[in-house]
Amino acid sequence: MKTKAFSLIIFCCVFQTFLFAQTEGMVYIEGSRYLPLYGRDSTVVEVNDFKMDVYPVTNKEFKQFVEKFPKWQKSKVIKLFADDSYLSNWKNDLELKDTENPDSPVTYVSWFAAKAYCECQGKRLPTVDEWEYVAMADETTKDARVKLSYNAKILSWYETPRSNENLIGQTPKNIWGVYDLHGLVWEWTLDFNSVLITGESRKDVDKDSNLFCGSASVNATDLMNYAAFMRYAIRGSLKAKYAMKNLGFRCVQDVNEKK
Amino acid sequence: MKHLKIIFPVLLLIMTLSSCNSNKSDQASDDIAVYQCPMKCEGEKTYPEAGSCPVCKMDLQPMETENSKELSDQDISEESIFNLTSKWHTEEGNEIQLEDLKGKTLVMVMIYTSCKAACPRLVADMRNIEAQIPEANLDDLRFVLVSIDPKIDTPERLKAFAKENMMDGEQWTFLQGTESSVQEFANVLAVKYKKISPIDFSHSNIISVFNSQGELIHQQEGLGVDNKETVEAILQLTQGQS
Repeated sequence: MKTKAFSLIIFCCVFQTFLFAQTEGMVYIEGSRYLPLYGRDSTVVEVNDFKMDVYPVTNKEFKQFVEKFPKWQKSKVIKLFADDSYLSNWKNDLELKDTENPDSPVTYVSWFAAKAYCECQGKRLPTVDEWEYVAMADETTKDARVKLSYNAKILSWYETPRSNENLIGQTPKNIWGVYDLHGLVWEWTLDFNSVLITGESRKDVDKDSNLFCGSASVNATDLMNYAAFMRYAIRGSLKAKYAMKNLGFRCVQDVNEKK
Repeated sequence: MKHLKIIFPVLLLIMTLSSCNSNKSDQASDDIAVYQCPMKCEGEKTYPEAGSCPVCKMDLQPMETENSKELSDQDISEESIFNLTSKWHTEEGNEIQLEDLKGKTLVMVMIYTSCKAACPRLVADMRNIEAQIPEANLDDLRFVLVSIDPKIDTPERLKAFAKENMMDGEQWTFLQGTESSVQEFANVLAVKYKKISPIDFSHSNIISVFNSQGELIHQQEGLGVDNKETVEAILQLTQGQS
């Protein structure tokens, strides 16, 4: 009897691992050192190996999540963790509005909700450095930031309205095999609040890097990379409970063995 | 068989605990929604259900119900920081949750002890505020300094810092969390911070005042700014209690 009980436990544990920690739909990202736009003192940062979701989280996937964890449903989420626009494109707790596509990226989610989603799957949100590292690749190169076409393409997306209503997987996949980092929605990052550029930064932050005036743009390591500039500006203006129309997320997972 | 009987509840318990605290949700549903015209055409008049304003025809908006004030001592409102369930270590080495601070007006700030630039001034601001509070109100008040550098700022180090800065009294509390609980807490306070070198952080200078139910009442931003409003907010909160 004892052994049976134990095998049951083991079965349950294994089953649970499969349930919550599946790594399907992720690709391996080989870490490296690179120079981000706003690093630690504008120096090279190191990114360890990790796995990243190929696609942003979709409406359909988020629906499964709120079914399992009712505390993140539209009417149940507490105000500390999400503002009033949380899931405002949903009809009710479990249904999207008819105009929305289940395969579009989920948006109108707060940082807290995104974080909880990833954690329930044994994953986490990517850091700003990780996200930017993967996002600087294009279809053929790992660091495409010097290419004019790379920047032009991203900027033309920034000018395209309502791209959040598109489906996932329709932009070209980059060299890592990741889709939709550009061209679909903005994405939450784990430490978005480490970007110290806000409208208020002259007054509330001791170390100045004010994006909106000329002095700080000189500090940026790559004046060409205006698109990344805009991403950092957005991050700097976010609060964790904000839920916005064009802001979604994807998850990453640590890889244990160091290279 | 006996074993099975014990193992099953244990297993269940583990699964419940490990499933991201999913069952901590039900506070929200028992609110009774009240609607009001966003333009307040009819003053403070409210409606029990959604519809449009008879004067300006705008959609009625659900009101922020004030039932947080009517909540009994056991309940906390949706906006309360006591909804955060992370564990913290105090400078005395005790393990607490934020909810353990319930019942006191809280004045909170995020600092780190190896800080040379802004934190001493931020700490001075805190002491300045404290000095303006009559002693009778101090009983209902806690000044909480949360470290953004949980690796370096151990309880021992926080205790030493407290002594050094004459902040070792009952009314001062220092908290050490984990990297992720500090990040979450900072996000609740809308504090930004970034590690800029192994020992230095760059961070927002925000002093936040919470009422005894953990709801944010007032935030003061900046260094050495006029703290009159902050003090007033604290006085109001602490007088209401005594």
